[in-house]
Amino acid sequence: MATHANDHYFVPNPVLYPAILSSGVLTMALGFILNVNEKMAAHGLGKWLMIAGLLVICYMTFRWLSSVVDESLTGKYKAWEDKSFRIGMITFICSEIAFFAAFFGALFFMRIIAVPELAEIDPDYTMYKEFTSAWPSLGPGGMSMSADGLKEYVQPANFQAMKPWGLPAINTALLLASGVTITWAHWGLLKNNRKQLIAGLFLTVALGIAFLICQGIEYHHAYTEMGLTLGAGAYGGTFFMLTGFHGFHVTLGTIMLIVILLRSMKGHFTAEHHFGFEGVAWYWHFVDVVWLGLFVFVYIL
Amino acid sequence: MSATTTAHHDEHHDVPKGMMRWFTTTNHKDIGTMYLTFSLIMFLIGGAMILLVRAELFEPGLQLMKPEFYNQLIGVHALVMIFAALMPAATGFANWMLPLQLGAPDMALPRLNNWGFWLLPPAAVLLTIPFTLALFGIGDGAIATGWTFYAPLSVQGGIGVDFAIFAVHILGISSVMGSINVIVTIFNMRAPGMTLMKMPMFAWGWLITAFLLVATIPVLAGAVTMLLTDRHFGTHFFDAAGGGDPILFQHLFWFFGHPEVYILLLPVWGFMPQILQTFSRKPMYGYKAQVYSLIAIGALAVVVWAHHFFTVGMPVPALLYFMYSTMAISLPLAVLFFCWIATIWKGSMSFETPMLFAVGWIILFGIGGLTGLVLADVAADAQYHHTYFVVAHFHYTLFAGGIMGIMAGVYYWLPKMTGHMYNETLGKTHFWLTAISFNLTFIPQFFVGLAGMPRRIPDYALQFAEFNAISTVAAFVLGLSQLVMVYNIYSSVRGGKKATNEVWDGNNSLAGSGGLEWTLPSPPPYHSFTEQPVIK
Amino acid sequence: MVQSTFKRLALGLSLLFVSMFAYADYTWNFPKPVTPVAKDTLHVHNFFMVIVMVIFVVVLLIMIYSIFMHRKSRNYQASSFTGPSTKSQLIWTLVPFAILLYIDFILMGIPAYNSIVMMEDTKQNATMVVKITGSQWKWQYEYMSGEAKGIKFVSNLTTPIAQIEKNSTVPKNVDYLLEVDNKLVLPVGEKVRVLLTATDVIHNWWVPAFGVSRDAIPGFLHETWLNIEEQGVYKGQCKELCGKGHGYMPAVVEAVSKEEYKVWVAAKQEEMKKAESGADREWAKDELMSNGKVVYEKSCAVCHQVTGAGMPPMFPPLTGSKIATGPIFGADGKYLPDSHLDRVFNGKGAMPPWKGSLNDIDIASVITYERNALGNATGDLLQPAQVKAAR
Ligand code: HEA
Ligand code: HEA
Ligand code: HEC
Ligand code: CUA
Ligand SMILES: [Cu+2]
Repeated sequence: MATHANDHYFVPNPVLYPAILSSGVLTMALGFILNVNEKMAAHGLGKWLMIAGLLVICYMTFRWLSSVVDESLTGKYKAWEDKSFRIGMITFICSEIAFFAAFFGALFFMRIIAVPELAEIDPDYTMYKEFTSAWPSLGPGGMSMSADGLKEYVQPANFQAMKPWGLPAINTALLLASGVTITWAHWGLLKNNRKQLIAGLFLTVALGIAFLICQGIEYHHAYTEMGLTLGAGAYGGTFFMLTGFHGFHVTLGTIMLIVILLRSMKGHFTAEHHFGFEGVAWYWHFVDVVWLGLFVFVYIL
Repeated sequence: MSATTTAHHDEHHDVPKGMMRWFTTTNHKDIGTMYLTFSLIMFLIGGAMILLVRAELFEPGLQLMKPEFYNQLIGVHALVMIFAALMPAATGFANWMLPLQLGAPDMALPRLNNWGFWLLPPAAVLLTIPFTLALFGIGDGAIATGWTFYAPLSVQGGIGVDFAIFAVHILGISSVMGSINVIVTIFNMRAPGMTLMKMPMFAWGWLITAFLLVATIPVLAGAVTMLLTDRHFGTHFFDAAGGGDPILFQHLFWFFGHPEVYILLLPVWGFMPQILQTFSRKPMYGYKAQVYSLIAIGALAVVVWAHHFFTVGMPVPALLYFMYSTMAISLPLAVLFFCWIATIWKGSMSFETPMLFAVGWIILFGIGGLTGLVLADVAADAQYHHTYFVVAHFHYTLFAGGIMGIMAGVYYWLPKMTGHMYNETLGKTHFWLTAISFNLTFIPQFFVGLAGMPRRIPDYALQFAEFNAISTVAAFVLGLSQLVMVYNIYSSVRGGKKATNEVWDGNNSLAGSGGLEWTLPSPPPYHSFTEQPVIK
Repeated sequence: MVQSTFKRLALGLSLLFVSMFAYADYTWNFPKPVTPVAKDTLHVHNFFMVIVMVIFVVVLLIMIYSIFMHRKSRNYQASSFTGPSTKSQLIWTLVPFAILLYIDFILMGIPAYNSIVMMEDTKQNATMVVKITGSQWKWQYEYMSGEAKGIKFVSNLTTPIAQIEKNSTVPKNVDYLLEVDNKLVLPVGEKVRVLLTATDVIHNWWVPAFGVSRDAIPGFLHETWLNIEEQGVYKGQCKELCGKGHGYMPAVVEAVSKEEYKVWVAAKQEEMKKAESGADREWAKDELMSNGKVVYEKSCAVCHQVTGAGMPPMFPPLTGSKIATGPIFGADGKYLPDSHLDRVFNGKGAMPPWKGSLNDIDIASVITYERNALGNATGDLLQPAQVKAAR
């Protein structure tokens, strides 16, 4: 740090984006709440509020990031600022890991504690005579609760667990390959080989999109043929929430990749100065690693 | 230390005026001020809610409200106090003081900082608007499950739960953004020569808080997301019928919830030794021991969560583990207590308002902590659990340990922030009124709790009547006393005796070990350190 | 009003001062314990309280000494030490730490360990099993073994609304909010294994004198145990927030001698037999209506109100309700979905299912009552036999 003593740290001008962004967040939240509550008077409004909020969020994020790109291009960021972004990005990824940890925790808890406990209630008094502890589990059945009241929980009759060695294995290969291609692109950037950079990024984006398509097919298959739905007991819930949030992160990652692909094509980034690229690459690796966890704990085991 | 300049950055010739200044600001002091103001307003709102509750509890029988409304008030009181009063206050101090203490020009990520703040008002709106909507016949009011959201009550609950879920999401984003900023600022913006082990204690407290936030807030976000899907999208996370478990929710919630209580206090544990050393004119005792204790508390914080639900019927090994690990937290805290007392020991103490609060704080927080220790005993906890004994415990930690700690900080730094001394007599009056009425409010609650009064009930058996009456009257005195502070802050912002750079004469004798903030004028220039001082 | 307030305050304040001295008095501390667990708990609690009070007082005295001696106004000159400087000082700072380790894990740790082991020993030598089911907002008790096997009843709060409501002028009973219609009756000196579950949300069955508090979790079966050593009536409350009636869900147990218990069991069984045979006979409208009124006010009025006006939007009015005035049975003789009987049998949302907790007579009479009172007048009757057949 001694080197910074005479530097000026870049403090951006006052901006209105964050406050507008927050109002977008509020609008979207209100819309969502209305949308999921059928009993609300203004129920129909919810959808529109959500769309409006989302648009505000997207637009403001875009404006915000554009100004960051501008500042970056006009040389406002030096090594000092760059380090801030790096530490910030790492911390942010840590918080994302913690978010996934909650869902992995739920999976382990249900699988190792809740389902066996339900199956092993004192046989003299158990309410679930036939229920045995096995994974995947749909639970012992019975009435279940939602905000709309008690509902009979009808277990899907033709339920099957997702097999790992079909599409999921292909998806694993896709993501692992994308990890390689993005590193290859990075090497290109470091060597100032723009072609390699762009080709690598392009491949990564393509692999990301291919992954999402495969996941779409997998979901469709699960819903239409396997009786595997969000409501399919402990297994269905954890399966879709984990893979779904992962898929959502892949989507975000792919969009980010597309952005840096476009920026690379416009000639942004230099071998010395390319935090934008690296931040996205780190994010992508994180998404990759989460998938490996999913593949092992959700699909294989 | 090198001199500082007040010259404006060239980027900054166009600071907007009026309201726009506050909406758009990227300046750490402006943002800090907004956080602190927001916190004060929400403290009054949260307090006003609980005064309604206390009025209801004044005597047996339903006097003012229906039980459903009562349940909404207590939950929102807690959420407002914790998330919208105490946490923003600590973040406000971080914004104001970290750059000053570390010798930085500003927080590391100023725009993010602005966003972190501007997420709070929407969250506050989401928390409180269901009350208003219910007045117009929309929905059935705010969340009525207490602040803990326990499923399946929260699955069954009305639209207020959805509002609270999103409020928590937004508060969570805000906290994570704030934490990222703090972590980056501490790691990257320290003055040259200021090693981690030379950092002011406040920065240490906040650093650990920030790590805890990053590790646990997302888990809470995950938990309420599962709640949302259980409510509306047919999942079975908290539903035995599908193989889920209501206890899963409690695990997830308290995995966040227990660290949260240290998140609230770590910043206070950070700046309190600084206050103690200023007013005892003697450098703080055991800097290293304190740092290691703070780290140990941070580490232990995430492994003891299940002591909040000993009564659900856990296996014996789990009970034992969570009991002993919880007890272990008393060790690093004992080290901290030891260091605080050794700091004032053989000092040359004077008792201005911040010091009164600081000393009172040690004693009252001690009561909170020690009662926490007995709560950790599983067998006795069967009796304490969910009674007013627990309520008293956590007000001794949250109000005395948290809010009164923050108040010490407010009086300590207010002259630095506003450039004017506050009215000392009013400050002392505020302290004595607060300390006495606080004790009168919550000591009786220990007794009703032991005698068997459950918490979260709008109406109670006759044997608890006397104590509740005292508690209610004292709570109103406590509430009114806070207006003294509000007035005092207001008049210090408006004017008053000019404050010197060091503000407190105790800081002179410490010769710099008090923190870099005292080297700047009061109030500090718009850009704190345009040139970083060099620490030898 | 004002005067009584002041009286209460004065009394309270003086009690507060007395409390400083009357340490072991049971109104200041846990209620008098009557089970081994509760005795142990009280003992551990007192012991721990003494420990933490000693710590507190020691710390406080040191601070007070320092505050008075080391002040600027007395011209005390500040020293400048910031840590132990010699080896022996270092050792001296470690001594308190060692003492605390000892306190935490030996002095407090070992008794705490023993209590846990005792508390969790639910099965060994248990001579009877009782199942407790929490529902919003009442407890249902079922005897699962021994002579009383099959006995099953619901226990509701009996404090009249007139005593609870706003500006009530009715004097409150001594047992205000702690009184129920059917107490759980248990013999003294028997180890009772208690199974706990719930039908809707989490409740917590707690009787302070027993030192026992365990969550009743929907879909799960958790357990605890009691061995009451003294006869008497013991009162407790639901301790887990369970909705608006959480404060109105007392758990009351009557502990009787073994002989009295036998007598009680026999009487209860007789009563149940009567009820069963009663279901087969034809009931007159008046009979149904008068029994229905009792059941309604006991079980339904919390939500639907005594007048039937409900509390919209959460709790619908029954007066003029389509369901409560519409047809019950379809052409095939089965009850219709969303009919009056269906709703009462199976519940919906916050409306609890009553199939398991009310008997045929009660369901028949409450439905009849709702259809012919509360401003409704359908004129039709529902016979207990019909309910029995519909189950
Ligand atoms: C800032 C807030 C804060 C803090 C710091 C603490 C600190 C502690 N708390 Fe507290 N607690 C809460 C806020 C807090 N708590 C809240 C909000 C709840 C209720 C939540 C809800 O249900 O709504 C709660 C509930 C709660 C429970 C659950 C009770 C129940 O519901 O049944 C337990 C049980 O173990 C507990 C234990 C502890 C312990 C062991 C500490 C320790 O950290 C205390 C350590 C401190 C000391 C021990 C004192 C200082 C030390 C000395 C003076 C040295 C000598 C001491 C010895 C070694 C003996 N707390
Ligand atoms: C930081 C946290 C915090 C703080 C500061 C407080 C402050 C106070 N709390 Fe809070 N409380 C909690 C956190 C906190 N509480 C939590 C976590 C719960 C558990 C909730 C649950 O069960 O889920 C709880 C629950 C709780 C209960 C239990 C309710 C129940 O279980 O039924 C009670 C009862 O007495 C209570 C009382 C008080 C009182 C009297 C204060 C006082 O200290 C407040 C003093 C301040 C004021 C009174 C403000 C003064 C302002 C005015 C007088 C002017 C008003 C003007 C305007 C609005 C413009 N609290
Ligand atoms: C916990 C509160 C509660 C209690 C106690 C309760 N109810 Fe209800 N009741 C409800 C709620 C809520 C509904 C609305 C259900 C829905 O349609 O979602 C309802 C609906 C009904 C309806 C249908 C009314 C309509 O028009 O939709 C009938 C009939 C009824 N209850 C009868 C009873 C009877 C008989 C009892 C007592 C034996 C009883 N209720 C006790 C909460 C309660
Ligand atoms: Cu049942 Cu609280
Ligand atoms: Cu805790």
